[in-house]
Amino acid sequence: MRHILVPLYAIIIFLLLWELLVWLNEWPNYKMASPSDIWPAFWKFKGLFFQYGWDTLWRTVVGLFIAVLCGVFLGMIMGFSKVLREAIYPLLVGFNAIPKATVVPIIALMFVGQHDLNTILIAFMISFFPIAVSVSIGLSTLEPEYRDILRSLGASKSLIFWKIALPKTLPEFFGALKVAVTLAFIGTNLMEIVSPHGRGLGALFDSGKTNSDYPLMFAVLIALALLGIGLYYVVVILEKIFAGWAERSTD
Amino acid sequence: MSLYKKKDTIIIKDVTHTYKTETGLLPVIKNLSMSVPENGFTAVVGPSGCGKSTLTKLISGLLQPDEGEVFLSGEKITTPRPTVGMAFQNPVLLEWRSIIKNVMLPLEIVPNKLNSLEKEQRAKQLLSLVGLEGFEQKKPSELSGGMRQRASLCRALVHKPEVLILDEPFGALDAFTREDLWQVMHNLRKEEPFTGILITHDLRESIFLADEVVVLSGRPTSKQFFVKVPKSKTPKLESLYSSKSIDMLKSLRKQIEIAQSQQEQNK
Repeated sequence: MRHILVPLYAIIIFLLLWELLVWLNEWPNYKMASPSDIWPAFWKFKGLFFQYGWDTLWRTVVGLFIAVLCGVFLGMIMGFSKVLREAIYPLLVGFNAIPKATVVPIIALMFVGQHDLNTILIAFMISFFPIAVSVSIGLSTLEPEYRDILRSLGASKSLIFWKIALPKTLPEFFGALKVAVTLAFIGTNLMEIVSPHGRGLGALFDSGKTNSDYPLMFAVLIALALLGIGLYYVVVILEKIFAGWAERSTD
Repeated sequence: MSLYKKKDTIIIKDVTHTYKTETGLLPVIKNLSMSVPENGFTAVVGPSGCGKSTLTKLISGLLQPDEGEVFLSGEKITTPRPTVGMAFQNPVLLEWRSIIKNVMLPLEIVPNKLNSLEKEQRAKQLLSLVGLEGFEQKKPSELSGGMRQRASLCRALVHKPEVLILDEPFGALDAFTREDLWQVMHNLRKEEPFTGILITHDLRESIFLADEVVVLSGRPTSKQFFVKVPKSKTPKLESLYSSKSIDMLKSLRKQIEIAQSQQEQNK
């Protein structure tokens, strides 16, 4: 019960302080909307919120899924082969260093009109890097004794991967996945905001901007935060199931 | 082959091994010959970095010697083989598995005819032999260092290997825990006879556990000295303080000093 109540109280206190801040400063809602402005804004467009929220969510999840596949694959290559790690790493770092906001118009032009594909692509591009790095580090730092125990029994390379390397890398992988989840949301929204006639919460945010509906813009931010929290905790649950052994009891 | 008794389980014959490093060739082992008879237990001591761990890799087939040959039960070693069990200073237990599942790991890799119930019974039997009864379902992180090392020994023996290779398995343990595990080793040997080779830095450990102690010279290493250790049926720790044991320890100590100064000169 405490696990639910403590965060819930924290959220309520946060909202009260926010309301108080706006009220004390007598800010108009175009400067800073207060929580009491947000609920009516949501209610007015609730159909769009659910429809676009779903668009944003599934694109993010698909982008993230591709990021996991590619990230794990790249991580495996770099983790197992020193030569390939030396070859790929600078390219990867360079690619990651490019601000993805600058890539958005390029991708939008490259696949004109394919809004879903564009959005998924950006979500993927922005989120695969931490996964690739963590998997490669997890694999390359495997103590040689672990390998020797199995190798001395005549185990094949793939058997060593499945029995030892993969499970041992899982805690690092889930750590990276938690970072990747929030990054993927950023990617999805970048494309949704920039694309003309876009769909998704990013597009709703953009229409709030063009119509000077400031409470709507804040309501979108809250909706994005809620989706982010939801997906994050899905990853936490998966982590508990697959890598729960890495958690030590605190007492 | 005439030099060696046919029934010797481990035979190392004129083995030379050199590592190729970025700074050039590093000869580690030079013309090393030694053997361990069936159900014998030989301790190998020598200065730090003289090539003892390389020796374990050559016996287990993880490395191939540049020159010379290694035989296990009469067969020349060219690749790793499932008839070997290994334990290291680091117990390397898989943290996501329970203790019993850790012990059963080799049975998942080595071909065998045991069904899952028999595998479990085999692991349980070994665990109770080393005093880990009741800890089967615990995770490695819940066990002390000494207990983890006991489990690691069980894993090395679970598939009834012909040869057990121990690379400083007790090196990281405190003195009293180490002495407990020496007794565990004697129990294991009585119940589950095996042919073993033990790499160690502890001279008392070497004469308490082994039938023969081999002193390796400084790098590039070869056999410098060896001594047979007479064993009673029930070895006791007190025997280490007898005048005979102390004389033996002194002479071994002297040999180590010779090997160390030789290694310094070769640098």
